[in-house]
Amino acid sequence: MLLDTLSWVLILSGGIFGLISAVGVLRMPDIFTRIHAASIADTMALGLMFAGMMIQAGWTIVTVKLMLILLFVFFASPTTTHALAKAAIAGGIKPVLHEDRRKKKIKQRR
Amino acid sequence: MFIAATIAIVIAMVLALIRALLGPTIYDRILAVNLFGTKALLLIAVMGFLTNRPEFLDIALVYALINFIATIAVMKFFRFSHLGHPHQGDNLGDL
Repeated sequence: MLLDTLSWVLILSGGIFGLISAVGVLRMPDIFTRIHAASIADTMALGLMFAGMMIQAGWTIVTVKLMLILLFVFFASPTTTHALAKAAIAGGIKPVLHEDRRKKKIKQRR
Repeated sequence: MFIAATIAIVIAMVLALIRALLGPTIYDRILAVNLFGTKALLLIAVMGFLTNRPEFLDIALVYALINFIATIAVMKFFRFSHLGHPHQGDNLGDL
């Protein structure tokens, strides 16, 4: 019973973190902040949900498979993020700074 | 509980698809597709538990591998215009 409740909490909070990351990707102003939002899905959402599923599965082969997926994603996700940020920099995209956004706002007011 | 998680994941997938369609630059689209792949991985795993068939996790593992390879390959293609060796000199390196 206690373990069941714990796994519920873990899986539901994982779903909430997935929603947060999707909203962040949709709302953030430029590519680098969007990368920051997208990495939440790879760490928090995946980690919490898989932890909950591991508790549900118990000591079986399913837990081993879940741990394998988690291990692979924990190696692959930073690699992808780093390569994407480097490709964006090489592609000539500059990060949006705070001053740029303030200037844009002042222009919109006038 | 698994149904609630499934609904949350599907909503997040729709939001990622919206960003993939809107995305001003190609990198935004790649990032959104990568996020969509991660969500699809989660969805496959949750669906396996929902229908009481944890064999779906094998498909989830393959999906994680394909997602990583596809993202790297697409980024390399858009950086160097082809998937072979970089033609602008060795000092650039891979990605």
